[in-house]
Amino acid sequence: MIVAEQKPIEEIMEYISPYNRILLVGCNECVTVCAAGGRKEVGILSSALQMAFMKEGKTLEVKEITLERQCDPEYVEELVTHIDQAEVVLSMACGCGVQEIARRFSAKLVFPALNTKFMGASERQGVWAERCQGCGDCILGLTGGICPVARCSKRLLNGPCGGSTGGNCEISKDVDCVWNIIWERLKSLGMEDRYEEVMTAKDWRPSWHGGPRKIIREDLAE
Amino acid sequence: MGNFEPVIVAFCCNYCAYTAADMAGSMRHCYPPNVKIVKVPCTGKVDVKHIMLALRKGADGVYVAGCLEGDCHFKNGNNKAALRVARVKKILDEIGIEKERVEMVTMSAGMGKDFARIAVEITEKIRKLGPNPVKNISAGQSKLATG
Ligand code: SF4
Ligand code: SF4
Repeated sequence: MIVAEQKPIEEIMEYISPYNRILLVGCNECVTVCAAGGRKEVGILSSALQMAFMKEGKTLEVKEITLERQCDPEYVEELVTHIDQAEVVLSMACGCGVQEIARRFSAKLVFPALNTKFMGASERQGVWAERCQGCGDCILGLTGGICPVARCSKRLLNGPCGGSTGGNCEISKDVDCVWNIIWERLKSLGMEDRYEEVMTAKDWRPSWHGGPRKIIREDLAE
Repeated sequence: MGNFEPVIVAFCCNYCAYTAADMAGSMRHCYPPNVKIVKVPCTGKVDVKHIMLALRKGADGVYVAGCLEGDCHFKNGNNKAALRVARVKKILDEIGIEKERVEMVTMSAGMGKDFARIAVEITEKIRKLGPNPVKNISAGQSKLATG
């Protein structure tokens, strides 16, 4: 999932303080699961912002809506009936959702309420960690299903470096050395040979280095 | 502020604080009428959203009253509630409203006297803090549909 977290309320207030009628739009997918921008968080932020305004002797009207997916034009269309009543939109989706609203409603200002952090997985209740950087040419098949692109601080393809100590990365005791994890996993799978093979330099063109990416599926595209 | 009567919302767990409130009554321990009780099946059911809504609608103080540590009927609902109260405090801090307006307390069903004492203490604390700064505007704020 895409993992995000809410911006400091102070920053959000800087965006919206000149207005008094906003449309607060949540998203029912990734950001709901990582507790950053689902229906519940929309309700909480709505109350917090209204209280912040009232404290200053002002009022803020908030229309709360949580879309099924904010990165999908089909659902963003549901805002049509509400958009005119709002001066600006505050989005609680990841950056993809914010941009979809900006694209659809060209005459309306939209502000992000979240910082989009990474693609990750839930480690345990309330803890999410980075797992993939969308490099466009997945090498998990060579690394025992553990990603060094996203999880090695130096993005080494032939790790570990000399900084790996006791299973930790040299940048912090709180960061696992992913190459230690890869080695342990290959060992338990009886695939030590795989580790001996040197990986050649990765072609980064399928990654962002080749510019913004797009996928066109001939069988689906209209 | 002399005759300020705070409105306090107390989310009380059915298995402890709510029963303790009953007991306070039958034992004739008085507690202030400022405290409005909302009975919940477990404090684990009380969300940040509910506490924020109570404050936004003008409650001067909110407390969540759950079972003693280790005594939750649903294992750890009281601990979850304590974490949520802590998050509300953080949000209040961010928007410049006194975080002392929200509190987590624990008690057993037999602690009727303590229920009354806590209700008095919290009411007095909130009385000293004064009205919730959003109160007057909140009363005039038009009610909007949510979706
Ligand atoms: S190798 Fe690339 S696509 Fe595969 S998990 Fe890592 S970053 Fe993602
Ligand atoms: S210690 Fe491990 S994770 Fe950290 S940079 Fe070196 S190989 Fe990568």
